[in-house]
Amino acid sequence: MADRHLAPDTPELRARWGAFAWTAENAAKAREVVARYPEGRQRSAVMPLLDLAQRQVGAETSTQGWLPIPVMEYVAHYLAMPVIRVVEVATFYTMYNLVPVGRFHVQVCGTTPCMLRGSDDIMAACKAKGMKKGHTSADGLWTLTEVECMGNCASAPMVQINDDNYEDLTAADMTRILDDLAAGRQPKTGTQAPGRHTVEPLGGPTSLAAMVDANHDYRGEW
Amino acid sequence: MLEDRDRIFTNLYGYQPWNLAAARARGDWDNTKDILAKGQDAIIQEIKDSALRGRGGAGFPTGMKWSFMPKESKDGRPSFLVINADESEPGSCKDREIIRHDPHKLIEGALVAGFAMRARAAYIYIRGEYIREAETMFAAVAEAYAAGLIGRNACGSGYDFDVFVHRGAGAYICGEETAMIESLEGKKGQPRLKPPFPAGAGLYGCPTTVNNVESIAVAPTIMRRGAGWFASFGRDNNKGTKLFQISGHVEKPCVVEEAMSIPFRELIEKHCGGIRGGWDNLLAVIPGGSSVPLVPGDQCMDMPMDFDGCKEAGSGLGTAAVIVMDKSTDIVRAISRLSHFYMHESCGQCTPCREGTGWMYRVMERLRSGDADVSEIDLLWDVTKQVEGHTICALGDAAAWPIQGLIRHFRPELERRIAENGAMREAAE
Repeated sequence: MADRHLAPDTPELRARWGAFAWTAENAAKAREVVARYPEGRQRSAVMPLLDLAQRQVGAETSTQGWLPIPVMEYVAHYLAMPVIRVVEVATFYTMYNLVPVGRFHVQVCGTTPCMLRGSDDIMAACKAKGMKKGHTSADGLWTLTEVECMGNCASAPMVQINDDNYEDLTAADMTRILDDLAAGRQPKTGTQAPGRHTVEPLGGPTSLAAMVDANHDYRGEW
Repeated sequence: MLEDRDRIFTNLYGYQPWNLAAARARGDWDNTKDILAKGQDAIIQEIKDSALRGRGGAGFPTGMKWSFMPKESKDGRPSFLVINADESEPGSCKDREIIRHDPHKLIEGALVAGFAMRARAAYIYIRGEYIREAETMFAAVAEAYAAGLIGRNACGSGYDFDVFVHRGAGAYICGEETAMIESLEGKKGQPRLKPPFPAGAGLYGCPTTVNNVESIAVAPTIMRRGAGWFASFGRDNNKGTKLFQISGHVEKPCVVEEAMSIPFRELIEKHCGGIRGGWDNLLAVIPGGSSVPLVPGDQCMDMPMDFDGCKEAGSGLGTAAVIVMDKSTDIVRAISRLSHFYMHESCGQCTPCREGTGWMYRVMERLRSGDADVSEIDLLWDVTKQVEGHTICALGDAAAWPIQGLIRHFRPELERRIAENGAMREAAE
């Protein structure tokens, strides 16, 4: 199991987050989320609501966001469930950040399919920018994490930074992407390999060529 | 060779839009009402006749699984379909392409399958890391509702059926069906003891079937083209078309739909531009995602890429996630990294897995550098056997098998590293 710990419950933490409440927009979203589950089963909404809360904290702190204890308590109260059940969920799933993270959460996949395609170089490119695995940089810009398989194996190696994936990376691509983000520019997401669209073989598809230029309907050929 | 007209996922690469209008132009949602009008039993029979086996790894016959669901509710409990889009097995990256490029095939499949098993609603459980993919899925579901394809009187069939999307948050174990149900209920994703099986008591204690994305998404096409068409591909017991995902040391990694039973070499030659550095440079292949044992390169050339073919080679088809390793690979590190994965993803519920995955990883890391005694190879083998089969779910087995494959096929390499390390230490003294 992942080695994860809650941030200490201090008076400062309470002072900063004790008054956490949904924004008007998120309050509407939260109601919509709860409505997805049957009557009396609103506890099912705990995962999407923790995600929503983390995103709201992120918006307020200009980071990817995290889950201070008072925010977990707020979600528990909202769903009328014991706080410990919320904490159990928040600590079990690795996408919930239990401590503050940086503006950009750089999650380099290091599992075997990415490793075979050079994830060591991608990790090294991040470290060359002063990042350290498991830490947030002093300027608050970066948090570097090595993550387990992200399901982009046919376009490996890859990194997920906040909500976007960057695939088919070289160390130079990684450096450029980090420079762009630091400068406030949004790099192209998805594959970085020139000429590749998504997960077709590089250089053009070996199947379904008719789909490249037109929304081909194959039914006439059945 | 599978021809384009027989491919189900025609927008696999996303060259065209995923939206409803484009999906309809490709043939999705084409008179779905007629499919439903055949009736529940006829749909299940057609899927049984097609010989479709589950695409999530275990390969259980899909039609049979659907038939386990109750035909009527004696106590008022509704039934649910849960669609497993928690694709997290290292090497697997096919469901992502369905979700982001062909989501309407999945939603239509949810209706067809859900109707056939008399479910009230489907929950699509998407892994949390598929953030953009989930956005597409939410939008596609909203489109389907707006067009009256799902919801009340779905497709004008008189059947009410809801589809909901639920995002995970980064736990591999939620791909196990009972862990997924726990997670959907708002709990830690720890697998349940079976029985009761989900078809008897699953989500919220109601009858539930959990199916992989690909298994569900192919159902409408099977209904349209007939069981005989689907069963015309692949060997007996291994029918149909399949999404293969080839990663690692091939010239051109890709995801591609092919006929089941395609020989390994043909798959790689035709779609991946061959092995990096040529066929002589092939070291080993993991044919079905990280959980299955590796197959040495010289034993997999003619291996039919299907359930039985991979099994005969001492491995498994799993999700058809083919991880190719050439001779530049540090094979011990490659497997050790998988051991790290299982250590990270163990849910902590069963002691053999919680303690064993960490123990196995630590020994694997020592074997990687050779800092071990030769007797520890047998000890490690013993420990994998003590973990395997002694846990609630298959994660313990999945952690054990890659190591067993390594020891079975690369024992001389492990011994060489130990000897080399020992010689270096002696020289230093």
